[in-house]
Amino acid sequence: MRRAAALLFLGALVGCAAGERPVAAPSAPAPLRAGLDASPDPYPSTYRPGPSQRLAIVGATVLTGTGAEIANGTVLLADGRIEAVGAGLPVPDGYQRIDGAGRWVTPGVIDAHSHVGIWSQPDSVEAHNDVNELTEPNTAEVWAEHSVWPQDPGFDTAREAGITTLQILPGSGNLFGGRTVTLRNVPAMSVQEMKFPGAPYGLKVACGENPKRVYGGRGRSPASGMGNVAGYRRAWIDAADYRRRWDSWRASGTGDPPRRDLELETLAGVLGGEILVQNHCYRADEMAIMIDVAREFGFRIRTFHHANEAYKIAPLLAREDICVATWTNWWGYKMEVFDAIEENAALVHEAGGCAIIHSDDPTVIQHLNQEAAAALSAGRRAGLDIDEAEAIRWITANPARALGISETTGTLEPGKRADVVLWSANPFSIYARAERVWIDGASVFDRRDPGYRRHSDFLVGQPGQELRP
Amino acid sequence: MIRLLATVFLLLAALPARAETIAIVNARLLTMGPQGEIERGTVVVRDGRIAAVGANVAIPTGARVIDGNGGILTPGFIQADSTLGTVEVSQVPASADRATHHDSISAAFDISLGLNPDSILLPVARLAGITRAVVTPLYDDRGNRRLLFAGQAAVIDLGQRPDMVTRPRVAMVLEMGESGAERGGGARGAEIAALRALIDDVRHFARNLALYDRGAGRPQTLSRTDLEALIPVVEGRMPLIVRVDRAADIREAIAFARAERLRIILDGAAEGWRVADEISRAGIPVILDPMSNLPHSFAELGATMENAARLHTAGVTIILKTGSGVAHRARELRYGAGNAVAYGLPYEAALAAITINPARTFGVAERIGSIEPGKDADLVLWTGDPFEPLSQPRAILVRGVEQPLSARPLDLRDRYRSMN
Repeated sequence: MRRAAALLFLGALVGCAAGERPVAAPSAPAPLRAGLDASPDPYPSTYRPGPSQRLAIVGATVLTGTGAEIANGTVLLADGRIEAVGAGLPVPDGYQRIDGAGRWVTPGVIDAHSHVGIWSQPDSVEAHNDVNELTEPNTAEVWAEHSVWPQDPGFDTAREAGITTLQILPGSGNLFGGRTVTLRNVPAMSVQEMKFPGAPYGLKVACGENPKRVYGGRGRSPASGMGNVAGYRRAWIDAADYRRRWDSWRASGTGDPPRRDLELETLAGVLGGEILVQNHCYRADEMAIMIDVAREFGFRIRTFHHANEAYKIAPLLAREDICVATWTNWWGYKMEVFDAIEENAALVHEAGGCAIIHSDDPTVIQHLNQEAAAALSAGRRAGLDIDEAEAIRWITANPARALGISETTGTLEPGKRADVVLWSANPFSIYARAERVWIDGASVFDRRDPGYRRHSDFLVGQPGQELRP
Repeated sequence: MIRLLATVFLLLAALPARAETIAIVNARLLTMGPQGEIERGTVVVRDGRIAAVGANVAIPTGARVIDGNGGILTPGFIQADSTLGTVEVSQVPASADRATHHDSISAAFDISLGLNPDSILLPVARLAGITRAVVTPLYDDRGNRRLLFAGQAAVIDLGQRPDMVTRPRVAMVLEMGESGAERGGGARGAEIAALRALIDDVRHFARNLALYDRGAGRPQTLSRTDLEALIPVVEGRMPLIVRVDRAADIREAIAFARAERLRIILDGAAEGWRVADEISRAGIPVILDPMSNLPHSFAELGATMENAARLHTAGVTIILKTGSGVAHRARELRYGAGNAVAYGLPYEAALAAITINPARTFGVAERIGSIEPGKDADLVLWTGDPFEPLSQPRAILVRGVEQPLSARPLDLRDRYRSMN
């Protein structure tokens, strides 16, 4: 936003040099007092990687997340980064050797759709339901991170299943649910300590039955699919106007600045390309409408979530470069998910699209590898030739892309964050369990370490904890 | 009438081919019966039943031969705590018949009436190797309904036949513990007191039917139909499925059953492992979800992936399920069994927990649950280990009839593959 303003300002100067007599040379507006101008990062990440040492995982089958499967692979981790990956690499001096024989290594698993921390365990308790601000159909002003409880035991169980990064989204009861946040799945006292450094924000947008049911049930708009779309369009018109007012004030450098509006600030962030649209949308026809809404207002949709009918328009979604985050096994709980099929991800993949298996659920998040296996199996049943080295992307590289963090995580490539899972077996087997998990090279889980303790305070001193994990 | 006739025609048209003589050869048989595992064997199916099982079984002349290609043959799986056949779309009430909010029908709700053999969910579950289900009523507490029982469960087959009920009224459903307390007046103790009084009422009613016929019985809180439905329960002929999770609630349920001389089946039992020996000594079977490891409530603080393995080790008969009242997600049953194995349950115990154990617990083991001569031919031939997602069924028989390997989602898949 600031860079854009500076460019506009420069353009004005160039215009002057071309001949017109300046009436009054525009100058950059003086910095506004705190709170009057949008801070680009008011709740900055304080995440620091845990202590790490140089590691060599030796002799494992490695799925790199780039489409490669390496037998008898060696993965070297140093300074929190992937240093090297290859077959039978020599182990340099000073590296702790970890036996990977018979085991499998993958990038850390990334869940593109979770409510862990904002719908915390025990989730049957009303006080723990912080997922939907069901007071207005447009609550673009709320930020999921302001609901996150780092003590949710669900972070621990997800970490023990290999989840190293997850996007937390507001719920789907509103047309605009609010800002999402992408977290490192590390034990922490505050959400800031978990925030993925540099990860862009997302905006949760919801299609379909949920918003119209919630608000139609209260006798107000939206009460129908057309009401939903009118609601989006009204909001984008307001956002475009808001953005224009700020741009114009910054360009002119005179007069009172526009008054900040949290709701429009987030929407304007989408129009400016800094915030990614994460769109809950099941039906093919509704996804097609949303693509046109985005075109009408000049922004892009990064990911359709749930998207159980993506297989009906897979070529369109591939062309538009929109990721599809979906389940394998969930279907039929409402009309808009009646046509869900197990092959959805595989068919999106086959069409050249970005397929993702997501959870939306604190149990499914612990079995994303198994959901991916069921999706792969369904694809093969349909005659598609997809290998495991490709399918692992559905829970690693592709969600990284959907979240705008693929430059630093999602694959085992030199220089990337050392987010790594060591599995007891092929992760596409039902019997595979995460044995070791590293985030930025720091060990965050070791199934065989009796000293390993879960982070959440909630279960401390509670009955039945002697077995954990 | 014309609509009814049309429906009958459609039903008839949808019926699969009638039972034929089939020999499944060259398969690894996990019989779950006295013959145990047969490395390479043959199963002969005649008139809908299993006629012969063994390594050296002659193939009858005229039998259709299905070559197992070395794959695994299991009994059809049984999905406990299911609502298959009673629902199409969960959030469309008109498409669901799994719960009642009738003011005076609770125990009398018989889910075996009004089932839908044309449900598109049945073939979907079948493709996951499920050939039978224990269809179990859910609660519907609209309008502050305060009745304690959800109704009576039934065992059904998934062969999409008009006569899909294997056995009706196999158990009565009751919630105790946290959610039972809510229904029973806000406290566990209130529900237990109400239950004791109800059982006393039912016993009084059963002993004095003539008195009640004359309209002279004592005042009752339950309707007459509910009272009648509960007679087999108080007489110990019909088991009570008791939904409960907390260790203390399990103990309470065991004590309640002992005091009232009831047969119970525990359902849920997230903290069952903490009282495994007590459950084992009481000889009570447990239906549990092996994926349940989160403290969703204060009754499930001790939930763990090891629950199934620990209960089994203590000698408890376990039955695995996926979720509560599962219908659409029934196909995850085999994955749940695999996860239980990953967390310590022996493989054969996991397979028993979705075949012979539910068959015995619900009184249908003379017909289903294992590959044994004389039993109904519910058989599934797999490409590999049935618990592995990467395995798929190659042939499915329900009551001796080979089922198509199709379902509405697969039809949709093919329709759009040809379009795109």
